Amino acid sequence: MVLTSATLLLAFVSLILRSVDHQVVTVGGSIAIDGPALFLQGALLLMSFIAILVMAERFGGVGGDAFTPMGASTPGSSQEVEAARAGYATSEVFPLTLLAVFGMMMFVAASDLITMFVALEVLSLPLYVMTGIARRRRLLSQEASLKYFLLGAFSSAFFLFGAALIYGFAGSVDLGVIAKVIAQGATPQDGLLVPGAVLLLIGLLFKVGAAPFHMWTPDAYQGAPTPVTGFMAACTKVAAFGAILRLTYVGLEGSRWDWRLGVAAIAILTMVVGAVLSVTQTDIKRLLAYSSIAHAGFILVGVLAFSREAVSGVMFYLVAYGFTTIAAFAIVAMVRQGASEAAQISQWAGLGRRHPVVAAVFGFLLLAFAGIPLTSGFAAKFAAFAPAIATGGTAGVIMVIVGVLASAVTAYVYVRLIVLMYFSAPADTGEDDEVVALMPSVSTTIAVTVGVLVTLVLGVWPTKVLEIAQSASQFLL
Amino acid sequence: MPLLTLMMAVPVLGAVVVAFLRGQAAKVAALATSLVVLVLGLIAWARFDAGASTQFQLAEVHSWIPQFGVSYALGVDGIALSLIVMSVILTPICLLAAWKDVPEDEGRRVSTYFALMLVLEAFMVGVFAATDVFLFYVFFEAMLIPVYFLIGMFGGARRQAAALKFLLFSLAGGLVMLVAVIGLYVYGPGGDKAFLMETLTGNVGGSTTAQRLMFLGFFIAFAVKAPMWPVHTWLPDAAAAARPATSVLLVGVLDKVGTFGMIRFCLQLFPEASTWATPVVIALAVISVIYGAILAIGSTDMMRLVAYTSISHFGFIVLGIFALTTVGGAGSTLYMVNHGFSTAGLFLLIGFLAARTGSQQMSTYGGWQRVTPILAGSFLVVGLSSLALPGLSSFVSEFLVIQGTFQTHRVAAVIATLGLVLAALYILLMYQKTMTGPKPEFAEGAAPRDLSVREKVVVVPIIASFVLLGFYPKPVLDVLNPAVERTLQIVGVTDPPPAVNATESAK
Repeated sequence: MVLTSATLLLAFVSLILRSVDHQVVTVGGSIAIDGPALFLQGALLLMSFIAILVMAERFGGVGGDAFTPMGASTPGSSQEVEAARAGYATSEVFPLTLLAVFGMMMFVAASDLITMFVALEVLSLPLYVMTGIARRRRLLSQEASLKYFLLGAFSSAFFLFGAALIYGFAGSVDLGVIAKVIAQGATPQDGLLVPGAVLLLIGLLFKVGAAPFHMWTPDAYQGAPTPVTGFMAACTKVAAFGAILRLTYVGLEGSRWDWRLGVAAIAILTMVVGAVLSVTQTDIKRLLAYSSIAHAGFILVGVLAFSREAVSGVMFYLVAYGFTTIAAFAIVAMVRQGASEAAQISQWAGLGRRHPVVAAVFGFLLLAFAGIPLTSGFAAKFAAFAPAIATGGTAGVIMVIVGVLASAVTAYVYVRLIVLMYFSAPADTGEDDEVVALMPSVSTTIAVTVGVLVTLVLGVWPTKVLEIAQSASQFLL
Repeated sequence: MPLLTLMMAVPVLGAVVVAFLRGQAAKVAALATSLVVLVLGLIAWARFDAGASTQFQLAEVHSWIPQFGVSYALGVDGIALSLIVMSVILTPICLLAAWKDVPEDEGRRVSTYFALMLVLEAFMVGVFAATDVFLFYVFFEAMLIPVYFLIGMFGGARRQAAALKFLLFSLAGGLVMLVAVIGLYVYGPGGDKAFLMETLTGNVGGSTTAQRLMFLGFFIAFAVKAPMWPVHTWLPDAAAAARPATSVLLVGVLDKVGTFGMIRFCLQLFPEASTWATPVVIALAVISVIYGAILAIGSTDMMRLVAYTSISHFGFIVLGIFALTTVGGAGSTLYMVNHGFSTAGLFLLIGFLAARTGSQQMSTYGGWQRVTPILAGSFLVVGLSSLALPGLSSFVSEFLVIQGTFQTHRVAAVIATLGLVLAALYILLMYQKTMTGPKPEFAEGAAPRDLSVREKVVVVPIIASFVLLGFYPKPVLDVLNPAVERTLQIVGVTDPPPAVNATESAK
């Protein structure tokens, strides 16, 4: 764990020191190290750093608390006990994470479709495995892993098919060349462009969990070990939106009038589905999953504005949302009843009385999700919505209106949770079966503190980060 | 000296200190903090120059988020200053009235309660003092949180539902406003200081439709806040479930943000759209006046009754604002101040009554003037002020509103006058049912006590304000009038000459 986090920090430092001045398109034109790529890579490194800190939580046990020492063994079987005793530490999650982070960093920088596809697979495969190795509720976890894998494979296939069609259209998979061919207009294979673009977008929209490609999200979020869920929710979103930005702004920009309204409809559907279905959830992780779907919709609203402000707004949103999410899931991992996580929302009743600090921190993060001013969520919403009104046309305005209405709905959900934590009496359980928040180790404490601080600072004083995002919002190609 | 910032920093720091204290010490510290803020408020009042040529005085402008064009900009005109001073006077009164709301043995809850009130005070100053639209929005939304917890944690039986309803209504309204705020950035001049009132006034571009839509965005948020019919339903629930002191701050101060916002933002930023919307707004205001009054007459819960009277009174205020005459405007702004005090009086006295029996229902009472004569007397005076008895403050403002409205909208003014008659009904009926009648029987030693010294200290300044503003409203009007005139100048309307013939007045 030390090694992993050190790696990530070192990578971040070298990113800051070296790469900022070395913006090039490299590796035979397949990797573009430009402003958005660097910004998102930096964000990914920092987020995965605190995500690693959360994964390392042991709660006084021997190995990582959230992970099983042996994924294939039956929970509680002698086999598992043996595995634990033999010291099969639960450390495979760390290299898997690093592998995924590598894929994500490549994903946001990939400037041709093949590299993008490879990066997509590199980031997805470790995630499928990580989803399946929860220590508790193993079946749920493995089921989630399988679903995620199957649907993920479908979406990869869509993406690949789209890439093939685009290759047929442009004669190249390089985003720059594709853009040129689109700009030239009439080619014999014009008919391939729109289906290709649509299939590519479907592949990527699947990754961000946009409706109607969101079906995997609640299951995967619920089944995965909670720290992994946090990592997935934050970092996958950053990576996938990074790729969407690059694909739509660099590659397909010229043809955007053909598919823009379709994606706008998807954005609206995503916001509505995410907001409305989050109301009916009774499982806290599923609730946060639907909330992440709604957030994906809000970010799409920003993406569709097609301006430099939109790029920086989207990137700012991703950073703000990512840190808040990781911290929120870290807290979900802390709240326990008996030996397992208090997944049912009703179990959270009265937490504010027993653990005022934990509840207050979680409440604050929820307010950030809801987009209350003075939290990062509000600044982020503003950053994403303002360009949509400015340059998004009528569709942009409509999307923003749907967006704020959806925000109001999700706010109800978050507030209901706060009500439960603060205003309701805890369920009457026995003395030893109380819902408690476990005492976190130093690493989790650091992670949550960082998450909360970022949420607060980006809300009260977002100037610096916005500045960086703005200066990094120019694509090279 | 950044006086306005100081008026926000002091209560916030005070709240932090109070949060760490327990029991009696927390209360005393909270009261002391609010008194310091009161002194600062009076200094601000003394420094304010009513005849100054700039719109905002005591101004502070610092760049905050230049990328969004947001500045940390504070400043007051006469209207904002009057409302701020009203808030900082009401806060210590409310703290004193809330002295025994939470039993001291509940330790942390006591300090939480008082700390939240102080945080709310800071936001109240901020929301009236903000001269940057974005900053205003931040305060506007952020102040929901302390109120939400004040209602939800400390209120009465149906507190959770009421708190949630309050929050959702306000949040939904606020988010609609957010779209309009973003619109201002897009259609305004933009740049580093895009959201400053100075930058925006007279410079909001965009098509007529865009302006009207933005106007609606702001207006809907303020109509929810004020509250006007038909988006008023959260208020009676919230006021009935909250502690009396919370209700005072909620209805007396927070709701003023709605009417204040109409003057500051709707009229000043969207003059054309304001005149366009006037007929509908006037109609809604008149409905609010009558509807609120009728529901007040039908109420049995006294807190709900006062909440409904407020809806009626807010109807008057909005009427005066959108009459677009200097007299109406002056009446409305003065009404905002007066209404703060008279509602405070009603809520707090009902709170004192409820503290004696635990019931807000009128049927619990009857004949109390024989048992608690001072309480009954104060109740009558406060009630009379609320029904606008000449000589007490509300009369002046209500008269000005109706006079101002009559100049431009005769029918509306005449119908609204009915509200005055209904006001006499609901107040006097309430007094009759609770205070007059045969002396009630109490078990030996269980007879309620009359007002205690603490409660008298609470009531005296409120009644003093009625008499003062009722007989001599000039100092306040002098401060308010220039601000009202400036706003109407921006809207571009002039008062019709006093002797108009029927066809001209129809314009």
